[in-house]
Amino acid sequence: MSGSPYAPHTDAETAAMLETIGVADEESLFDIPGDVAFDGEFGIDARTERGIRDECARIFARNDDATEFLGRGHYGHYVPSVVDHLADRAEFLTSYTQYQPEISQGFLQALFEYQSMLVELTGLPIANCSMYDAATALAEAATLADRTRSTSGDVVLVPEHLREGKRAVLENYCAGADLTVESYPMDDGIADVDALADRVGDDVVMVYAENPTLRGCIEENLAAIGELAEDDDALFTLGSDVVALSVLEEPASVGADVVVGEAGALGLPTSYGMGLGIFACREEHLRQVPGRLVGASEDAAGDRAFTLTLQTREQHIRKERATSNICTNQAWVALRAAIHAAWLGPDGLVDLANDCVREAAALAGRLDDLSGAAAPVHDRHHVREFAVRTDQPAVPIADDLADAGFLVHVVGEHLLQVCVSDLTAGRTDDLVAAFEEVI
Amino acid sequence: MIHDQADYTREGEGVHEPLLSEKGEETVDVREESPLPDDLTREELALPVPSEPEIARHYTRLSQMNWAIDSGPYPLGSCTMKYNPKFTEDVAADPNAAVHPDRPDRSIQGNLELQYRLQEFLADIGGMDAVTLQPPAGAAGELTGILIAKAYHEHHGNDRSEVVIPASAHGTNFATAATAGYDVVELPSGEDGRVDLEALEAAVGDDTAALMLTNPNTVGLFERDITEIAEIVHDAGGLLYYDGANLNALLGRGRPGDMGFDVMHYNVHKTFATPHGGGGPGAGPVGVTEELAEFLPSPRVRETNGEKGYERFEPAESIGKVHGFEGNWLVLIKTYAYIARLGDGGLSDAAAKAVLNANYLAERIDLEVPYGPFHHEFAATAGDRDAADVAKRMLDFGVHPPTTKWPEMVPEAMLTEPTEIENRSSLDDLAEAFDLAYADVDEALETAPNRTAAARIDQVGAARNPRLSWQALDEE
Repeated sequence: MSGSPYAPHTDAETAAMLETIGVADEESLFDIPGDVAFDGEFGIDARTERGIRDECARIFARNDDATEFLGRGHYGHYVPSVVDHLADRAEFLTSYTQYQPEISQGFLQALFEYQSMLVELTGLPIANCSMYDAATALAEAATLADRTRSTSGDVVLVPEHLREGKRAVLENYCAGADLTVESYPMDDGIADVDALADRVGDDVVMVYAENPTLRGCIEENLAAIGELAEDDDALFTLGSDVVALSVLEEPASVGADVVVGEAGALGLPTSYGMGLGIFACREEHLRQVPGRLVGASEDAAGDRAFTLTLQTREQHIRKERATSNICTNQAWVALRAAIHAAWLGPDGLVDLANDCVREAAALAGRLDDLSGAAAPVHDRHHVREFAVRTDQPAVPIADDLADAGFLVHVVGEHLLQVCVSDLTAGRTDDLVAAFEEVI
Repeated sequence: MIHDQADYTREGEGVHEPLLSEKGEETVDVREESPLPDDLTREELALPVPSEPEIARHYTRLSQMNWAIDSGPYPLGSCTMKYNPKFTEDVAADPNAAVHPDRPDRSIQGNLELQYRLQEFLADIGGMDAVTLQPPAGAAGELTGILIAKAYHEHHGNDRSEVVIPASAHGTNFATAATAGYDVVELPSGEDGRVDLEALEAAVGDDTAALMLTNPNTVGLFERDITEIAEIVHDAGGLLYYDGANLNALLGRGRPGDMGFDVMHYNVHKTFATPHGGGGPGAGPVGVTEELAEFLPSPRVRETNGEKGYERFEPAESIGKVHGFEGNWLVLIKTYAYIARLGDGGLSDAAAKAVLNANYLAERIDLEVPYGPFHHEFAATAGDRDAADVAKRMLDFGVHPPTTKWPEMVPEAMLTEPTEIENRSSLDDLAEAFDLAYADVDEALETAPNRTAAARIDQVGAARNPRLSWQALDEE
C-alpha cells in the first residue's frame, strides 16, 4: 500500500527521525491497547488525482440539467469571476481562525469590512462575521432572546409560512433553552397583524418576521410588528437576505432588534443549500452576540490593526456559559460575499434587487395570462418568487414541468411557487411555454 | 526562511491597506429607481465603489498580510492544519454539483450518490453504522450528537439531566451540552493526564445522559482505559460521545466504534484536509451505532429498494434538522475527494507520519513536555516564560506558533500539532523557532512580533472600546 501523497517523508528520513526519537518503528509510537486496536482495512482503494476528478465528474453528470425556478430560502445569482480568483488565494483559503492577529491582518480586515457592509444593510450597529446559515442564525436569535428577556415568557412567535427545515432547526435550539415555538397566521402572504396583536403578551420572548416572506411577498407590516414586540418587551427578529436588504425597508428603521438571514445569495453559487448566516443586532446586545466579532484596535506602533474581540462571550473561554457553541463558522463565505458586494457596489446591488422585483412581477403576469393558472396568488409586491394557483392539482403539473426540464416548488394542493433570478430570467419564455403545455 | 510581511505591505511606518470605505463610497437614492412604493423601501444605501482592478489589488494585498498553511508551518494544537490538496477545489467546483436542495431526488442522483458514498466512507473509518453529513461544523456535529443522545433517552422514557466532560476538553463540548439544555459535570483529569476511573465512577449516575470524550485527548494521550470507561458509562445507562477533533491520530489504527463509542462527529477540515478558510466553512458529519440510527437528522440518503439509485428519507425518530438544508455541501465534496485520494494506505500513513512528526519535534525542542506518550500533538510547557509571549516571538522566526495556554492542565501550555505534512527539515526549522523564542530575553518576548504586518495588538483596548465596523470608526 502506498502512503499519503501529502506526507513528504523519504524512508531514510523516517528512519533518521525514528532514531532521534529512540524507537524502532512508527508502530512503537502508538499507545493503543490491543483489545481496541484496529488492524483491519476500510476497503477504500486509493485513486489517482485524475481518477477522482473523472469519477466525481461522472457521478455529478448523473444530476440532470433541469432549469431551476427554485428559491424558498436558497438563492443563486451570477457570481463574478473575481470572487473565485481572489477568495481562492491560498493565503485566504488555507488559513485558520485568526488566533494570532498580527499575522492575520488581511483576513481580519476583510471580515471587518464584511461586518461593516452588514451594518449598512441592516442599519444595526453590530454584525458578527458569520453564522452557518439563516436557520441556525434564527435559532441563535431565539437563545439570545432567552438570555436577555425581561419577561418570564418562553414563547417564540414565528410566521405560519416558515420553511419547515428552518423551523426544525429553531425548535432544536429552543428545546435546549426551554422555549416553545408557536405560529401566528398570515393574511394573504404577509403577517396577519391583528392576529399577532391578539397573541403577543407577557409569555412571548421573541417575535420573528421575514421580509420577503417565504412566499416571496414583501412584508408590509414591519413597523407594526416592531411596535407590538416592543410593547410587550419581546425581541423583534427580522429575517431577510443580503440582496433584498439592499432595497427593502431598513430593519433598524422598523424597530428590528436582531436581523438574521442569508448572505450567501452573494458570493456563493447555488450550493445544495450551503449558506452564510447573517447575525446583526442592537448595541445593547453586544455582549450576548453569538459567534466571532472582528474589532479595530491599535498595535504597539500606534497603527490601526484588527483583532477578534469580546472573546469572553465565546466557548473557548466561557465554556458552558458561552453565548453559543459555535466555533468554526463561514468566514471564507463571508469573504466571498464581501468581494461580490464590493464588485456590485451600491448601484449594482440595488439594480440586482430591483431586477428581482421586476422579473418576478413580469413572470407572474405572464403565467396569470394562461388559462388554468393565477399568479401571483397574493396581491402583494414580490421579490424573486411568488405563488401560482392552478386549476388542476399542483403535483402532476410540477412533475410534467420537471419532465420538460423546469423545476418549481409545490406548496399546496393547487399551489406552486416559482422563483426567478438573473440566472433564469433568460429562460422564462421557455418556462411559460412549458407551463402552457402542461397546464 | 524568515517571512517578513512588512516588506510588501508597509509604506513608511506602518501604513496598511486602507479600508474599502476609505477608497470611496457612494450613496444611492434607492427610491429613485425602485419599482416599489416608497413605504416598502429604504431611502438610501451607502457602500464602497471600488473598480474591479482596485478590488483585485485590495484583496491581493490583504492576502499578503495573512499567514496560511501554504505560507509555512501552522502547528496549532487540536486544529490539525494540514495541506489542502488543490485538486479537491476543482472537484468541488463542478457546475453539475451546484444544484438547489429542493430538486426532486430523481433530478440529483449524482449528489445523492456522492453523499451516500461519503456516508459509507465515514462509517467505515469511524467504525459506525450510520452517518449524517448535515452538521455544518464540528460544534454543530457535537450538538447533533448530544441531541441524538437526548432523543434516545427520551424515547426510552429516561429523563437525564447531565453531560459529563473532562476538564481538558474543548470549550465547544461544554457549550454544546448547555445548548442542548444539559447541566455540565466537569471531570478533573487524573495525575497521568487521562480520565481518572474513580472520579468517573463518582461523576456518572442515573442523571448521566452522556460522557463526551476526545481520544487521544487534548494533550495527545490515548485513553488506555477506554474499555473500562465505556463500561462505567454504559452501566450507568449513559452514552459515550466521541469528539472527532483528534481522529487524525487514529486513522487505520483505532476506530471509535470499536472502543465502545455510541456517537461521534468527524472534523473534516482537521482529519480530511478540507481548507479552513480563515474560520470556516467546515463540516461535522456525525456517525452513530445501529441503535441510534433512527434518531439521525433528516434527510438521510440510502440506496433505493429495487431499481438502482438513491433517495432521501426521514429516519423514524429523527431529531429534525441542525442546518436549514444539507449542510456545507462544497466542503463535503472535498472530503470525499481527499479520502478517495488517500485510500486505506494513505489514511493509515497520515496518522503514522502525524505521530512521528509530533514525537520528533518534541524530541528536538528545549521545552519540557510533561505528559506522554503522546500521539499527533503534545503540550509543551513554557515554564517560567509566558507562553503567549513566546508564541508572539515565534512569529518573528517565520512560523506560526502553537495553541497557547490551553489545556490548562499544563502550565503555560504550548499545544503543538505539526501534522504529517512537514518534513524533517521543516520540523528542524520549527524546533529552532521554538528554542530561539523560548531562550530569548524578556524584552524581545514582550515587544514581539516585529516582522508581521501589525506589531503587538492591544487586545484589552479592542474589547474595552469595541469598534466593529467602519461606521464606528467614522464616528470617532
